[in-house]
Amino acid sequence: MSRYDELRDALRAGEPLALATVVEGPNLGAKLLVRPDGQASGSLGDANLDRVVARDARGELEAGLTSTRHYGAHGEARERDVSVFIESFALPPRMIIFGAVDFTAALAKVAKVLGYRVTVCDARAVFATVLRFPMADEVVNDWPDRYLAKVGEELGPRDAICVLTHDHKFDVPAIAAAVKTGVGYLGAMGSRRTHEQRTQRLRDAGLTDAEIARVMSPIGLDIGARTPEETAVAVCAEVIALRTGRRAQSLRDTAGPIH
Amino acid sequence: MKEVLDDIERWRTSGHRVAIARVVGIEGSSPRDPGATMAVNDAGEVAGSVSGGCVEGAVVQEALAILAGEKQRGIVTFGYSDDEAFAVGLTCGGTIHLFVEPLDW
Repeated sequence: MSRYDELRDALRAGEPLALATVVEGPNLGAKLLVRPDGQASGSLGDANLDRVVARDARGELEAGLTSTRHYGAHGEARERDVSVFIESFALPPRMIIFGAVDFTAALAKVAKVLGYRVTVCDARAVFATVLRFPMADEVVNDWPDRYLAKVGEELGPRDAICVLTHDHKFDVPAIAAAVKTGVGYLGAMGSRRTHEQRTQRLRDAGLTDAEIARVMSPIGLDIGARTPEETAVAVCAEVIALRTGRRAQSLRDTAGPIH
Repeated sequence: MKEVLDDIERWRTSGHRVAIARVVGIEGSSPRDPGATMAVNDAGEVAGSVSGGCVEGAVVQEALAILAGEKQRGIVTFGYSDDEAFAVGLTCGGTIHLFVEPLDW
């Protein structure tokens, strides 16, 4: 099987892997495919270079990064004989939406457009059905805290949790479990009044100020969103802004590079 | 890469040869990140994109030259400066480095 065939099959099967290509230097175009466990196939033309690049590619894959790195001919650091383009095909980031409400369907749709693997989770089996959320990758009938006890450890900085239940009975345990995960975004829906009451309940439940400060609540950017669809845009825009570390303003009112 | 797999498969099945161009580096403002991929077959058909439409035409020429054996695989750089207003470049002012190669691997 050629390197390309192996790459194509892995991408189609949704398996994460990294493709390293020599883009400058000897053996131009040589390829190394690296799996998350460090297993590699192909060669860049030097065993030591292969070993070093496989190690780096594994790290890039874990972080979901793609970049060109420079090495000596045998993989030495701080040399520039060989430039290797390491392209990560990481699993898509996840968005977990707690609460099977009208806003959920719209948010799931917009999140899908952005490339998220979307899970809708609600304890109420009548509401959380595949029929109501055909756009979701997964619909789970479970209590949010119980679900996070199962999958929480797998979540990282690229992932997002949105709590849309705005019912304290579900919200508080969901948020309490969510702040223990490593997600990059945690938002909770509700009016300013709901937010005040919920914050107090979270404090009563033993969450620290730092944990409470992680929660984007009320959820979303201030763009005057009203409908579920507009709200979904406001939430996703906030997810992006938090990831990029931008204070979301109109481009017209800011200076500096757009990307 | 994912978004061009189906086209590549179709082209190869019907006997076309294929070149791929990937963004491997960017400087300054640039619309697509490293990894953005465009595939070109020997009939000049295109899938995917590597910029906001600014350099795609030039990339097709590059890819066809490689498929015709007139050029070797390698890095091609597109940039833009104020005194080159009519040269091929990115209107957003950035520079992109592409690696263009035949799909022979």
